Amino acid sequence: MTNLQKRKLQDKIFHILVLSATLFGLVVLVILLKEILNDGLKWINIDFFRNFASRFPRKSGIKAPLFGSLWIIGLTALFAFPIGVGSALYLEEYLPKNWLTNLIQVNISNLAGVPSIVFGILGLGIFVNTLGFGRSILSGALTLALLILPVIIVSAQEAIKSVPKELKQGAYALGCTKWQMITGVLLPYAMPGILTGTILAIARALGETAPLLMVGAVTFIAYTPEGIFDSFTTLPMQIYNWTSRPKVDFHHIAAAAIIVLLILLLGINSLAIYLRNRYQSRMSR
Amino acid sequence: MSRTIGNSKKNPSKKVYIAELVISKILFIFVMVSIATTIGIVWILSYETVQFFREVSIIEFLTETEWTALFNPPKYGVLPLVGGTLMIAFFSSIISIPIGLGSAIYLSEYASKKTRKILKPVLEILAGIPTIVYGYFALTFITPAIRNIFPEANIFNALSASIAVGIMIIPMVSSLSEDAMNAVPDSLREGAYALGCTRFEVATKVVIPAALSSIIASFVLAISRAIGETMIVTLAAGSTPKLTLNPLESIQTMTAFIVQVASGDIVYGSVMYKTIFAVGMLLFIITLLMNVISKIIIKKYREEY
Repeated sequence: MTNLQKRKLQDKIFHILVLSATLFGLVVLVILLKEILNDGLKWINIDFFRNFASRFPRKSGIKAPLFGSLWIIGLTALFAFPIGVGSALYLEEYLPKNWLTNLIQVNISNLAGVPSIVFGILGLGIFVNTLGFGRSILSGALTLALLILPVIIVSAQEAIKSVPKELKQGAYALGCTKWQMITGVLLPYAMPGILTGTILAIARALGETAPLLMVGAVTFIAYTPEGIFDSFTTLPMQIYNWTSRPKVDFHHIAAAAIIVLLILLLGINSLAIYLRNRYQSRMSR
Repeated sequence: MSRTIGNSKKNPSKKVYIAELVISKILFIFVMVSIATTIGIVWILSYETVQFFREVSIIEFLTETEWTALFNPPKYGVLPLVGGTLMIAFFSSIISIPIGLGSAIYLSEYASKKTRKILKPVLEILAGIPTIVYGYFALTFITPAIRNIFPEANIFNALSASIAVGIMIIPMVSSLSEDAMNAVPDSLREGAYALGCTRFEVATKVVIPAALSSIIASFVLAISRAIGETMIVTLAAGSTPKLTLNPLESIQTMTAFIVQVASGDIVYGSVMYKTIFAVGMLLFIITLLMNVISKIIIKKYREEY
């Protein structure tokens, strides 16, 4: 074999190697989805959404965790969205670039790397015990809001940075104050980008388990929450509960709950992709 | 602005000015929430950890090799939990690093635009799947498969959890490394091709060396992520803290211990309650250190073009 042939063969082998590495992800995804659909699909019916958890797999349903997840996610968004966007506005538009901005920025990126369970410990120590909110929806939502805040801030900053300077200066030239410029020009332009980032962050909160296990009640929940001080369970927490039991039937209803969770996530992510595409087509116009 | 202040009560610009001031103060408070979060984490972890070390000696905590916090008499040597965590980090990296890097090389150097458009979303979907789902997958699919090959493996074993954690982290390594490779200017690639290099040679001798700092930083982040991962190891790796090198045995990680204590009946203020914070503190310090190291690597060894 000549040297050239050897090098070409080497290239071919490497090509196959890296291609199979990429396909590995695809194969795993297919196996994972197939397993879960196989295990769970036959357990999904109307009663599965109407029933509370039970000792008997046949009678178990996800009414309480489904409502719990919606409460938690709604409240998390309510806290995290204004604070996240407000922080991004302050960092980009108000604060001069100095050591303080730098410190806040480093702090935010470090917070994004803190394991989610540590946020759970924070929630347990501060919200549940020190502030006395107990193992309630409020504690859970506050914990998750702090968890996704760095993600929202960073993506909102990106969206705000993408607003052309000419538009902002045009607004100022017409005599707008800063806040008038922000609400009249900057936010309408940046909103699709901000919303995409926020929605993806909320999708992450919806799938989070560990911090809520730290904060949330472990007791059996057979009611839907009526206020922010009620105890709660969520879909991922219920999935954890069912998966950690030895009985196989419980694994299967866990798979059924996973299907519901994945469909919810799919819906949320599609919304984000739709917004992103609309945004991109406007940018290219 | 200053000329418009305090002229008369009828002057609307005064109102506007005050509104501007109030708004900027509110936004300032919002920004401080993230600073307060960091302070809150550090404060609550240190406060309870100090309380913990009033009852358990710090030497025992860091050097003893037995962790039986939930039994009587309790022993608080954290090394078995650290050992379990490192084992998961090690075996998951064996999966996530080569496969993640391989995918990145394929997507950035080999794939046509069309294939890229199909394969990249697959990785994005993998990244978006909640960890609890990977935990379920580890327990109900990977573990039985492992026990088919190694009948002596425990129902809960470190290998199964490591594989699931590794799969979960592949997209992170891949997307960070790919971003780094995409940042390498095409002129370098074209120069190498003009000299007659194959794609393999361009990838390994030009692109990877040029993007090396970010690639290594992504490896460090992958390990940090594996150390902090909770649900997969809680479900699949077991709850028996032990120092072992055999991945087929049941172990316990720091994160899994924290969940185990928190899901039991804990009394606020008891030693058991405080173990959560002591172990959490250690976890926080380790992951923070790794994140800082990855930033230093990027900053210090970045190649500028």
